[in-house]
Amino acid sequence: MKIYVMSVLVDDQSKALEFYTKTLGFVAKHDMPIGGEDRWLTVVSPEDPGGTELLLEPSGHPAAKPFKDALVKDGIPAASFKVDDVDAEFKRLRDLGVRFTTEPMDAGTVRMAVFDDTCGNLVQIIEMIEK
Amino acid sequence: MNADQLDHIFRALADPTRRRIIDRLREQPDQSLFQICAASVAEDGKAISRQAVTQHLDMLEKSGLIRVTWSGRTKIHSLDLKPLREAVEIWLARHLQEGNGR
Repeated sequence: MKIYVMSVLVDDQSKALEFYTKTLGFVAKHDMPIGGEDRWLTVVSPEDPGGTELLLEPSGHPAAKPFKDALVKDGIPAASFKVDDVDAEFKRLRDLGVRFTTEPMDAGTVRMAVFDDTCGNLVQIIEMIEK
Repeated sequence: MNADQLDHIFRALADPTRRRIIDRLREQPDQSLFQICAASVAEDGKAISRQAVTQHLDMLEKSGLIRVTWSGRTKIHSLDLKPLREAVEIWLARHLQEGNGR
């Protein structure tokens, strides 16, 4: 068994595609209509195009909004991505206008930061620290 | 400051986890609940559950020792030492003055 796709519930799929590709730097992999306005829309990391896909899933289900709002209120990320250098990535994203709720900080074996994905979620980036 | 407020403050202080949260916010103000939890793991490997931190933060907020602001829709916590100073002045200080007791 393999983990081939994981999802984040996004408020607006077009806006999400824009943010996850143009700002974060992921690459679109699948984009298929699945009924109504909804699309099966996935992105992958350019560093691992055959790797796990991230599904930018429509958040139309009535349970999605209260769930997402509660996570955002407490600062809890809906997804976590690994980077080589959290501080460099923080500067790059901040200069692109990304809003951070947690600036780079050490948390045990990782260094991490948390930002707003503009689609109703917080996203964490982490760097593994050699100790 | 009335007796109830004084109770809230001393009750808020009467717990090691809440004092730890106060210590953390003193070192680093403006933290979300998630950040406080993450930092507690980093500090000494002893994680505090999110549910527990939520309850502790509510109590600290009620006592006035924590001030809440918002970063977008994320709740951000900082220390407010004013109520603590008042509590010290109106109750503790009387007992700590030189010449009283031992």
